[in-house]
Amino acid sequence: MPLTNSLRDDILAAVPSLRAFAISLSGNADRADDLVQETLLRALANIDSFQPGSNLPAWLFTILRNLFRSDYRKRRREVEDAEGNYAKTLKTQPSQNAHLEFEEFRGALEKLPQDQREALILVGASGFSYEDAASICGCAVGTIKSRVNRARSKLAALLYVDGAEDFGPDETVRAVIGGSGG
Amino acid sequence: MKDLKSQASKSTTPGKGGLTPEIQSRIGHQLRAMYDDVVRQGVPDRFAELIKKLDAPGGSQNENGAGGSNDNNGRD
Repeated sequence: MPLTNSLRDDILAAVPSLRAFAISLSGNADRADDLVQETLLRALANIDSFQPGSNLPAWLFTILRNLFRSDYRKRRREVEDAEGNYAKTLKTQPSQNAHLEFEEFRGALEKLPQDQREALILVGASGFSYEDAASICGCAVGTIKSRVNRARSKLAALLYVDGAEDFGPDETVRAVIGGSGG
Repeated sequence: MKDLKSQASKSTTPGKGGLTPEIQSRIGHQLRAMYDDVVRQGVPDRFAELIKKLDAPGGSQNENGAGGSNDNNGRD
């Protein structure tokens, strides 16, 4: 469909979550923004192939995810080096303890296999249905469900059993959310 | 720290595929906190301008906006 004003607004409205997804995937804010920019350019260049009435965020996430996957193959080593660097890229600085917990969480997330991490983020943070997540990742719904389950189990093992000193109360969450009102 | 550790393992030991609801919800909260932290930053100017520029009639050259991405864009 042509790029109408309302479609443009919808694309803009999706940018904040595209960035959040890109940062979750890449662990690096600068790379994430480059990914988002590339995604927007691709989307606008291919806007004719977007089906009116279909799920625009899912379409955009699919583009971003595919860009990341092809980029990731090229940069695998850099991505591995990026472990632990994520927190430095954040603008908000929660209190020291909460910040440490937050970094631990981020670090654990980066230890997940790529497939599991993206499935967990799409379903657990972006709020996509299993069906949409499956379509974004180009796999079966059951595959997404099992990836999400394995991701949760692995995170739990990393954070709350092996590294159980990280098992803090919900302070992290409160500090990080701080003032958003929910 | 030691106390927390034993406490944590006792009350919330995750089975192979069976996480306690408590741990599930803790993971969910942290995941969303991390994600929403970025979402709340809104739309950076560079993206708002990029889309505005591409949208404007005759404005699709985007001299600055497309940066180094030109070689990949619209050619494949």
